[in-house]
Amino acid sequence: MDSSDHSTFDVSNLRVVRSGHEILKSISFRAAPGELIGLLGPSGSGKSTLMRSLLGVQAITDGSARIMNCAAGSRSLRGKLGYMAQSAAVYLDLTVEENIRYFTGVLAQGPSEVARVMDVVALTPFADRLVASLSGGERARVSLGVALVGSPPVLILDEPTVGLDPILRRDLWHTFDDLAKSGATVIVSSHVMDEAARCARLLLLRDGALLFDGTPASLLAASKASGYDEAFERLIEGDR
Amino acid sequence: MSLRRTLLTTRRILEQLRHDPRTLALLLLVPTALMGLLAWSLTNRPGAFDSVGPKLLGVFPLIVMFLVTSVITLRERTVGTLERLFTLPLTKADFVAGYAIAFGALALVQSVLVSVLSYSWYGLAHQGVPWRISAVALCAGLLGTAFGLALSAVAHTEFQAVQFMPAFILPQLLLCGLVIPVSQLPSALRAVAKVLPMTAAVHAINPLQSNQYYVGQFAILLAYIFAALVAGASTIRRVTK
Repeated sequence: MDSSDHSTFDVSNLRVVRSGHEILKSISFRAAPGELIGLLGPSGSGKSTLMRSLLGVQAITDGSARIMNCAAGSRSLRGKLGYMAQSAAVYLDLTVEENIRYFTGVLAQGPSEVARVMDVVALTPFADRLVASLSGGERARVSLGVALVGSPPVLILDEPTVGLDPILRRDLWHTFDDLAKSGATVIVSSHVMDEAARCARLLLLRDGALLFDGTPASLLAASKASGYDEAFERLIEGDR
Repeated sequence: MSLRRTLLTTRRILEQLRHDPRTLALLLLVPTALMGLLAWSLTNRPGAFDSVGPKLLGVFPLIVMFLVTSVITLRERTVGTLERLFTLPLTKADFVAGYAIAFGALALVQSVLVSVLSYSWYGLAHQGVPWRISAVALCAGLLGTAFGLALSAVAHTEFQAVQFMPAFILPQLLLCGLVIPVSQLPSALRAVAKVLPMTAAVHAINPLQSNQYYVGQFAILLAYIFAALVAGASTIRRVTK
């Protein structure tokens, strides 16, 4: 195996067993800085568990997950991985600004970072609103904003576009693209296959196994399908 | 552990409570009103309020802070903010100490409010030292917070967390000397009661004891606070198995 100095992710034979169930079965992949990766698969396929393993909050049963040359969960990685969980993990009883200010403080960033982040996720007009009074999509943006605090080199975003209107979804994908272009490694999960087209690279997950790893174009070509849903169906059938 | 991150966490918790004026009002006013009700109900028994009232100053903060802390930390777990914090440079000690300081401060405000009203309006003629009553209330509040933190790991829902209150608090309430003096308990129960934290809180308010006696009661309280904070921190897991 060659040196992995330049990989952001170096995952090899990663297996996760939780209360007797094998959630992830021998996953291997690597990713370099600047990549925008779509992690796609139906709900229950293990996307969140894979993301949580990379973050170090899910114990790994076998194999290894290294991030920027450190084992997942290492103390030195804390604050370098921007994470947006599936549930908007923010304080509902705080305002938008208070939420972002708290996490900005924990990450030892200056006060100007609060304004910058609120601007990126277009929440400046909502600064003084309680998160509890916001819609689901707006809450998701608060959560994304917290993930962006301090411009971390790695972004792990679990279904960030679920339930958002199409315009907002498009804007968010532009944001992810910009972040990747600026050198961050961005991994975005979704159970909507059509979002595949937005990514430079796809990882398809089903029943805890990696079915496909490549570009959206090569997925369509390999399966001779016209759409991503169809491509995924053929991939599953071919796998049987 | 970092003082900056601890105080940021304290500030964040107090901001949360500020946006919930109803909870804040209940926290501060319910013990005050209960004490007034007790004083009123004992009007026809001279001296009774003077002996029972002060003991409750050590009981209220424990119950109230236990409930509030266990629900609010459970919410951190279920909403996912705790997991998010663990991907950031925040230690378990920062987290636990942040909570202890926020609710310790509230316990102090609560006890000052209750004792000032008790001594003035409610006509309490207790010979205890006011600063010691505040110290006991602070300790009891911290203890409630610490136990709340520890038990929120065992409870899976807010409903369960609330159910822990009668299981955990009521036995102590029965044995702490409010219902019957500890010295009149059956010997086995007496031995247990003497080392329970609520008994220590009630005893530390007793007037006219030796300094050594107070030191002993405060030592019990502080030992429980420390043990419960350590237990609270150790029940918080950064990594899911």
